[in-house]
Amino acid sequence: MTTRHEALALRIAARFGDCALPVPGTGGEVTFEVAREHFVDVCRVLRDDPDFSFETLIDLCGVDYLTYGRAEWDTSDATHSGFSRAADRPVIVPDDDAVWDPRRFAVVYHLLSIRHNCRLRLRVFTGPENPPVVASVIDIWRSADWFEREAFDLFGILFDGHPDLRRILTDYGFVGHPFRKDFPTSGNVEVRYDPDKGRVVYQPVTIEPRVLVPRIVREDNRYDPGLKGPQRNG
Amino acid sequence: MAELQQFTVNFGPQHPAAHGVLRLVLELEGEVIQKADPHIGLLHRGTEKLAETKPYNQSIGYMDRLDYVSMMCNEHGYVLAIEKLLGIRPPVRAQYIRVMFDEITRILNHLLWLGCHGLDIGAMTMFLYCFREREDLMDCYEAVSGTRMHATYYRPGGVYRDLPDSMPKYQESRWRSEREIRRLNETREGSVLDFIEAFTNGFPARIDEYETLLTDNRIWKQRTVNIGVVSPERAMQLGFTGPMLRGSGIAWDLRKKQPYEVYADLDFDIPIGVNGDCYDRYLVRMEELRQSNHIIQQCVRWLRAHPGPVMIDDHKVAPPSREAMKGDMESLIHHFKLFTEGYTVPPGEVYAAVEHPKGEFGVYLVADGSNKPYRLKVRAPGFAHLAAMDEMVRGHMLADVVAVIGTQDVVFGEIDR
Repeated sequence: MTTRHEALALRIAARFGDCALPVPGTGGEVTFEVAREHFVDVCRVLRDDPDFSFETLIDLCGVDYLTYGRAEWDTSDATHSGFSRAADRPVIVPDDDAVWDPRRFAVVYHLLSIRHNCRLRLRVFTGPENPPVVASVIDIWRSADWFEREAFDLFGILFDGHPDLRRILTDYGFVGHPFRKDFPTSGNVEVRYDPDKGRVVYQPVTIEPRVLVPRIVREDNRYDPGLKGPQRNG
Repeated sequence: MAELQQFTVNFGPQHPAAHGVLRLVLELEGEVIQKADPHIGLLHRGTEKLAETKPYNQSIGYMDRLDYVSMMCNEHGYVLAIEKLLGIRPPVRAQYIRVMFDEITRILNHLLWLGCHGLDIGAMTMFLYCFREREDLMDCYEAVSGTRMHATYYRPGGVYRDLPDSMPKYQESRWRSEREIRRLNETREGSVLDFIEAFTNGFPARIDEYETLLTDNRIWKQRTVNIGVVSPERAMQLGFTGPMLRGSGIAWDLRKKQPYEVYADLDFDIPIGVNGDCYDRYLVRMEELRQSNHIIQQCVRWLRAHPGPVMIDDHKVAPPSREAMKGDMESLIHHFKLFTEGYTVPPGEVYAAVEHPKGEFGVYLVADGSNKPYRLKVRAPGFAHLAAMDEMVRGHMLADVVAVIGTQDVVFGEIDR
């Protein structure tokens, strides 16, 4: 299976050149990073060209790389008083800046070719604009409809050309995009029944966000490909 | 004749045929559907966001609660993704146990689907028959994991424990006489494998029983034949997988095409439909019940002959035994680290998919080298299927909406996540 995927990677690299750059992956998966300007054209070729024929869009999702690789508890360097004792609170960064890191938001597509029995992952970064925008692929794969609505709902990524970009998973009238890394896990508002008003009211959350198990990044030499021995098996 | 009128009907979220919390806004002309707009998210719990705040192993339990009628298959997708990132493979015995429980889960799921689908469109008895068999399979869950539904049985590197030598038994109570208890406990005297074997020996006759009620039933056919027809091209466009895709005549099954665990060594067939309507999808699922039963029998035979470890012998991922932990310093440290901090996973991203009873259940995992997932995306098969609701019911009558919801086999735990 791996060799077939290698062949696919070579075919894509030959066909698209600079428009699609390979990303090293795990376990024989093929990943390409596609430039935003060429994305729809690349997708159309991937679906229609019999060399690729990716008839199905299996999955589409947003990723927010804001805190990638950032630990909540420093374990690599000891200060003069020893290792830090407590977890850092998650960083809440306001996102009302006009521009941000162009590699913050990405949309990841998982394609499946039933004819060739292979999979492909595409990744598009949304660039520095706020709000982030990528082109919709709904005309190429109909199944993108709800997946794009979901990515819009949870990450606030706009899909140019989508005919009906509404929220899908969150409540009617929800404010914010909950899967962004600067959105607290406990949310911003809570609801309760107000006996005076005789209805349910929204109010700011009263619970404090806390870290149960801190996020720790360890430099683990076991995963160093240079040092990795034969496949471990129980 | 009265003039036809345009109606907008709110179907659900409290409708008994809505399979949970589906809210459908239907635009009707007379009784004909012009447009269906499903509103979902009423069961959204933010599973993926919660998983980002917990060490890897602590989220396995959340996976059970996604599609709460095929619990272990969800765990399987998640666990496979972690194993792919870590580059480990579970022992063969664990792989057979997983496959066996995946197929038990498939039968559990299809029985619930059959019972509810039947109930929705007028076949009341099916529900009672199906839940009778589900009860036995739930007991298998209970025997290995201690719970009937949310098992948390699969772990990265294997399964939580080996198959036990005894089955839980019914106790005498004022609701059950001694004679009835004896009948119920008859197959429960031996090990779990004995019980599963006894079940698989009797199950094909039970499937025949279901089929006598439905397959040639005139009312059943009137309600399902030529309802919700999907062509193979549209099925691929709409992202269909599993029985929904096979019902349209495409022989696509991950267990055969991209085999994981030990499926490559097992003998089974993939049923496909011809017309792509609700009736064909019913036939496909009925045949899948028989095939799953056949796979379970093969697994039971193999498991009887091959005892061995069910968990990887790598204490950086899997905890050491309690015994070792009490007496050995290094094991104690491993135990402590695993249950407080968890294990770290090398940076990278993987997508692992399993053939879930409903279709392709995929887990996309982005890891940044820490002890928690950086981003977890669950690709739920029902999400893509429900998105096609509008296309499938347009032009049908209002009563056919219920048949289409039934045939899609939607469960909101996985769609809303």
